[in-house]
Amino acid sequence: MTKLKAVHYINQFFAGIGGEETADYLPEIREGAVGPGLAFQQAFGDAAEITATVICGDTYFNEHPEDAQNQIVQMIATQQPDIFIAGPAFNAGRYGVACGMICDTVRQRLGIPVLTGMYEENPGADMFKTKVYITPTKNNAAGMRKAVQTMMPLALKLARQESIGASCEDGYMPNGVRVNFFEKERGSKRAVAMLVKKLAGKAFTTEYPMPVFDRVDPSPAVQDITKAKIALVTSGGIVPKGNPDHIEASSASRYGEYNLAGVRDLTADTYETAHGGYDPTYVNEDADRVLPVDVLRDLEAEGKIGSLYHTFYTTTGNGTAVASAKQFAAEIGRKLKNAGVDAVILTST
Amino acid sequence: MKLEMGYFNIRDVVFGTGSKLDSGVLTIDRAALERLVLEDESIKSVVVDIARPGESVRITPVKDVIEPRTKVAGKGGIFPGVISNVETAGSGTTYALKGMAVVTAGRIVGFQEGIIDMTGPGAQYTPFSRLINVCMVCEPVESAERHVYEKAVRMAGLRAAAYIGSLAKDAVPDEIKVFETLPLMEGKAAFPNLPRVAYVQMLQSQGLLHDTYVYGVDVKRIVPTLLYPTELMDGAVISGNCVSACDKNTTYHHLNNPVVADLYEAHGKTLNFTGVIITNENVYLADKQRSSDWTAKLCKMLDLDGVIISQEGFGNPDTDLIMNCKKIEAEGIKTVIITDEYAGRDGKSQSLADSDPAATAVVTGGNANQVVLLPKLDKVIGTLDYVTKIAGGNENSIREEGIIEVELQVFTGATNELGFNTLSAR
Repeated sequence: MTKLKAVHYINQFFAGIGGEETADYLPEIREGAVGPGLAFQQAFGDAAEITATVICGDTYFNEHPEDAQNQIVQMIATQQPDIFIAGPAFNAGRYGVACGMICDTVRQRLGIPVLTGMYEENPGADMFKTKVYITPTKNNAAGMRKAVQTMMPLALKLARQESIGASCEDGYMPNGVRVNFFEKERGSKRAVAMLVKKLAGKAFTTEYPMPVFDRVDPSPAVQDITKAKIALVTSGGIVPKGNPDHIEASSASRYGEYNLAGVRDLTADTYETAHGGYDPTYVNEDADRVLPVDVLRDLEAEGKIGSLYHTFYTTTGNGTAVASAKQFAAEIGRKLKNAGVDAVILTST
Repeated sequence: MKLEMGYFNIRDVVFGTGSKLDSGVLTIDRAALERLVLEDESIKSVVVDIARPGESVRITPVKDVIEPRTKVAGKGGIFPGVISNVETAGSGTTYALKGMAVVTAGRIVGFQEGIIDMTGPGAQYTPFSRLINVCMVCEPVESAERHVYEKAVRMAGLRAAAYIGSLAKDAVPDEIKVFETLPLMEGKAAFPNLPRVAYVQMLQSQGLLHDTYVYGVDVKRIVPTLLYPTELMDGAVISGNCVSACDKNTTYHHLNNPVVADLYEAHGKTLNFTGVIITNENVYLADKQRSSDWTAKLCKMLDLDGVIISQEGFGNPDTDLIMNCKKIEAEGIKTVIITDEYAGRDGKSQSLADSDPAATAVVTGGNANQVVLLPKLDKVIGTLDYVTKIAGGNENSIREEGIIEVELQVFTGATNELGFNTLSAR
């Protein structure tokens, strides 16, 4: 097997050039491994070779990020590496930011896999952990050995373009992407163990930190409902019979928009539900039960509302990712706003 | 309450004349089993088949999985209030046939049933691929509405499991295990220094075929109540669910509840397992408030230190899960919740529909939206007609050469929220 090629990035301090007084050191590329790169090289053995090391002063990088990155990316490009590794930066703040930033830029501009390492409280971690793989390390260089041991196998996996496991398996900071894997113990056993720790006041790690929800403030009340143009939007999956746009029964990837002009009543012959989360018998008998077109037509005729907007929007809420729902809602909201709709009745199931 | 469980390790299941259990080999009289299913006039026809681990077989649309059990001593019978008379079960002696199950299948709602693959990449996601499955694909009479069809298949499965279980009545089990839960005060006296822990089991009760039954009572109509853990082993709770397959609790799960098993394992060592609180997951806000209030109240009344809360289903029940967690924590009782995730196919979305900072301890059964590719298998028990419509499938699910692309959602029990599996996510 051919040796994989790696390029390593370090700051002036780890290159042995000097401390703060030399932090404005300009980007430079040297052949082979330098400083901590030697530990990586040893760990890689025959699997990979650090063909070059890029060195840059922390002050220079942080004060001239554009220039520094342009130069460094050019240097790396000449090497055509399989993997780019930066740091580890431990708790050095500017070094951590530089490692995160150059990894992110190399990933975007050169399209090669990247990896860095730093202490979890390094400001670079929060800035870049959802963009590039970052291995958590100790807060000082005494943790070098362990950092190399964790980073090396992940670097090889990335270089070989293998699929990456969950954060706890492959030793990177949780990056907001949930990845399935098989634990050693079943869930109930883990729950009992977690509860015993929690009861004893010992440290435990939740498997899913609670997300922070965005809350939407309701709009002010409609001034005059008898003049309002009202739209119907549903997550109950009501679609024209036959589900022409093939909206999924669960985990919807799309929403539908259908014209209601001339429709006074939804019937068993004309509409049905695509939703896979409830017994559809009764809604398929009469889809007005979920999308109340008949009642709104009555209210329209009686002058109790201004009008029913001529298009309704629909998807299935069943198992649909919040990110998808958010995207649908943003698009639908924009369309309704542009159409001058005053109010929306949202129905679910 | 004390229950002795006798386990029989079933090595094979075969068809033959005269049903019997002999040295780990179960013989089923196919015609007799078919007659038992067809006792219900809503079922027009049934096809009975056997699927073994490793065989190139795909079973779908799966409704329920049930372990055959029988009561040999003590009060009541198996599936009390449903198959047996309504008498409090959970004491005496019960036999269970391990390594096998009855699987009921049919196109009840079509998109709310599941898949069990007996081999290939799909098999690792459903625990039922490791069992010898006696499959019963039931077709309804034309006039049967869905809810009638559902009930008919539900009851047929339970009848079959009780019938097969009864074949073990006079045999000698391979292994015996005893489970005991003392009355509250005695338990406190027996383990004065151990934290008092209960299990809060949330049961699916959203209605419209998302139903569960306890002693025959529709769980929508209960208020939270107490059970001895051993009552579950006698089938006090059964599934009447047609909901996404991955995180619904089949009757097999209720009989073999892993939280109960692992709390018993720790009982008397690191904690004092005091009992089970069952509650529901109704869709009306007033019901959610009442049930979560009562669950927290019961926890306080039992003077608990900690609880494990398990969920069933997703989305709407996430709100019940968080309400239970929040209110129980507010009573000063520590909680661990077991759930699963709908983080999107790319894993980037938030995983739950509700959240609260009180939920500091979460165990996850994995992301149900993860996509898997399944090869064509040689034999289908049931029909593939619903694979494109099933929750977790889509219009492009069936690809060239019979390859199926689906989300984990489709597999029966894949992301179980009782913690039945090792699958997880980070």
